Amino acid sequence: MSLDLPLIWAGLIATAVLLYVLLDGFDLGLGILFPLARNAEHRDAMMDSVAPVWDGNETWLVLGGGGLLAAFPTAYAILMPAFYIPVILMLLALILRGVAFEFRLHGRERGKRFWSGAFFIGSLVAALSQGLILGGFIQGVRAQGGAFTGGSLDWLTPYSLLTAVGVATGYALLGAGWLIVKAQNELHEDARRWASIAAVAVAVLLAAVSLATLVVHPRIAERWGWTGSGFDLSVLTPLLAIPALGLAGLALVGWGLRSRSHRLPFAGAFLVFLSGYVGLAVGFFPNIVPYGIDFREAASADNALGLMLVGIAILLPVILGYTVWVYWVFRGKVSADAGYH
Amino acid sequence: MDFDALLLSRLQFAFTIAFHIIFPSFTIGLASFLAVLEGLWLLSKREVFRNLYLFWVKIFALSFGMGVVSGVVMSYELGTNWSVFSRVASPVIGPLLAFEVLTAFFLEASFLGVMLFGWKKVGPRLHFTATALVAFGTVVSAFWILSANSWMQHPTGFEQLADGTLRATSWMQVIFSPTFPARFAHMVLAAYLTTSLVVGAASAWALLKGRAMAESKVALRMAVAMFAVVAPLQLVVGDISGKQVLTVQPAKLAAIEAFWETRTEQPFHIAAWPDRAQERNRWEISIPKIGSWITAGATADEVKGLKAFPPKDRPPVFIVFWAFRVMVGLGLLMIGLGAWGIWLWWRRKGPENSPLYLRAVVAMGPAGFVAVIAGWVVAEVGRQPYTIYGVLRTADSVSPVTAGSVATSLLAFLIIYAIVFSVGALYILRLIAEGPSAGEEPPQPENPGVPLTSTEIQPEGGKP
Repeated sequence: MSLDLPLIWAGLIATAVLLYVLLDGFDLGLGILFPLARNAEHRDAMMDSVAPVWDGNETWLVLGGGGLLAAFPTAYAILMPAFYIPVILMLLALILRGVAFEFRLHGRERGKRFWSGAFFIGSLVAALSQGLILGGFIQGVRAQGGAFTGGSLDWLTPYSLLTAVGVATGYALLGAGWLIVKAQNELHEDARRWASIAAVAVAVLLAAVSLATLVVHPRIAERWGWTGSGFDLSVLTPLLAIPALGLAGLALVGWGLRSRSHRLPFAGAFLVFLSGYVGLAVGFFPNIVPYGIDFREAASADNALGLMLVGIAILLPVILGYTVWVYWVFRGKVSADAGYH
Repeated sequence: MDFDALLLSRLQFAFTIAFHIIFPSFTIGLASFLAVLEGLWLLSKREVFRNLYLFWVKIFALSFGMGVVSGVVMSYELGTNWSVFSRVASPVIGPLLAFEVLTAFFLEASFLGVMLFGWKKVGPRLHFTATALVAFGTVVSAFWILSANSWMQHPTGFEQLADGTLRATSWMQVIFSPTFPARFAHMVLAAYLTTSLVVGAASAWALLKGRAMAESKVALRMAVAMFAVVAPLQLVVGDISGKQVLTVQPAKLAAIEAFWETRTEQPFHIAAWPDRAQERNRWEISIPKIGSWITAGATADEVKGLKAFPPKDRPPVFIVFWAFRVMVGLGLLMIGLGAWGIWLWWRRKGPENSPLYLRAVVAMGPAGFVAVIAGWVVAEVGRQPYTIYGVLRTADSVSPVTAGSVATSLLAFLIIYAIVFSVGALYILRLIAEGPSAGEEPPQPENPGVPLTSTEIQPEGGKP
């Protein structure tokens, strides 16, 4: 077969994870912003704005995990034990916030308060766990003979704590951006304020993570053209498009907030994430288990990749089609007084 | 790998998957039931169907939510706790699990949103389509999971490479492995049975309390008709599945029946205390000879006993033996409940006319869940000591993680699941106790042609 199946699958999994981060990112972000809401009506509106779509958003995480298992079993078999604790933490947090969508509606006063809290804590812990996994991933994972050989707390470092805060703050920005699109009146104004605070925090954290990545990980600095005494401009210059995209995204958020646009802040937040995602990928590609195993070594049998490619070529357009349709069905503002429930 | 992490991983997987299976085994049937109700409502415009739909969709939403979140856990736990299994088996079963995500999960998740929140947004036909697609998705999901599981029970169409990993040689033989059709049918029927018993119990409860009489009578009749047909059918399908176990997993069958010796005219043990250490049953209550007839088809057939297998290849016999008896015992009670209901229909003009019967139906409400879990215990514990039967041992499948990590995660799962399950069960039982609202407001169309407001689907305490 002439198709480069491992490369195609690396691209597909990367896309699934990116879509997950962007889509579940904003509904996790809403959860992180949840305690800031002024009253129960605002909280109801926040939840109503994502209730019909959150489940679909989270399915991209299942595709990311299931796809990694199916396409790159060696990577899956090393990374999951390596990140045992944050992965389990993330799953437990996702359970709490996931059931909160339904449980909040059925709880009486105390139950409702409890599940509002669970939605916040669950969303926050899920975001932090993902950030810890990201940080641990960039730091690198010790492996030998297709198995994880490191310790159970290898992922826990100041660097991964920084990325954890970064991801959670980034999600909060996405959530605020989403809310600017969906909310009205007082909640809409609140979302604008949250977005502006989150945008500043994201700008600072993004710079801090970028710097820390270069300082802490010489290997990545090399990728960006760092020679030890200065930058090799022939390497650095083309890559500068990536931070430029991030800056453009931040500018768009800022401009959208100033011009009172309802959509631009959200679009800007998307660009910021895209830039961060690609920027980090530059550091480890083509490793799928940094920094020893590239995606070709970790790939599954060609006939498995081929079979799944046929499936995904047919099904992915259909999935994207009805996903867009569902978002379109639930387009427009969600109002606090006429909720779905 | 230390033994403790293995044991803890097994406990954790058993706990999380047993918790998870409760919800799909209910929602597979409930989604189909909802699609039927909505279809009947669209066709007949009878209020009862609409009221029943609005009632059961709330319970569906709660159960489905718990099923989704506990299911996400499964797709990661294969890696966190069974990384060697994942690496070895994934080139064969990985695509099956990926296809489950692509063909079922996205479909269910996306159209669930429309089903629960789309009343105001889409027309009645489109809404019905969404319900039907969710129902279809649940069955497709079961298809892939049972395909993967059947392959693990009796792997075909693969080869083992020099590095130990597996590779498919025939996808048809992997996806449609010989035991798959019977297992798939057995699981889907089990789901329909479970749901019909719950629907029956909730309706019988409402009838006993004198609430929502019209709706509850219709739902009870639908439920009784369903389990009266499905329960006997399940016995036939289960028997086919059992006969396949005899050929492809003889050690499992010997454990199911607590046979130790290999012989013809095996007795059938109604009850026994099988003891692995002593390699015999400490006591047993048996019917002579018919064990061979039940398992193999004739009393003269020779059936293998556990001693035919080296001790390290034998599954835990006590658990498998008793789980099987719980499953079959409940199955027979379900057949009896169905027959009784049909008899009442015939002689007393309807199963709703006997308060004693209604009480029996209420008592049998949870029976499906227990039978499903017992059945999965038979299948999975009976497969031990292998994860992939005859190919990969459970002890060789586990991740290189510490016992401390797994003990911590197991404890966390126990706590979180206990909270989620008890609250979820409380909310569902509360809804069932309230029953369908017969006198519900007629539909308030937001615009002509769109029949229902979503406010009615998910009424919330404290909000108008």
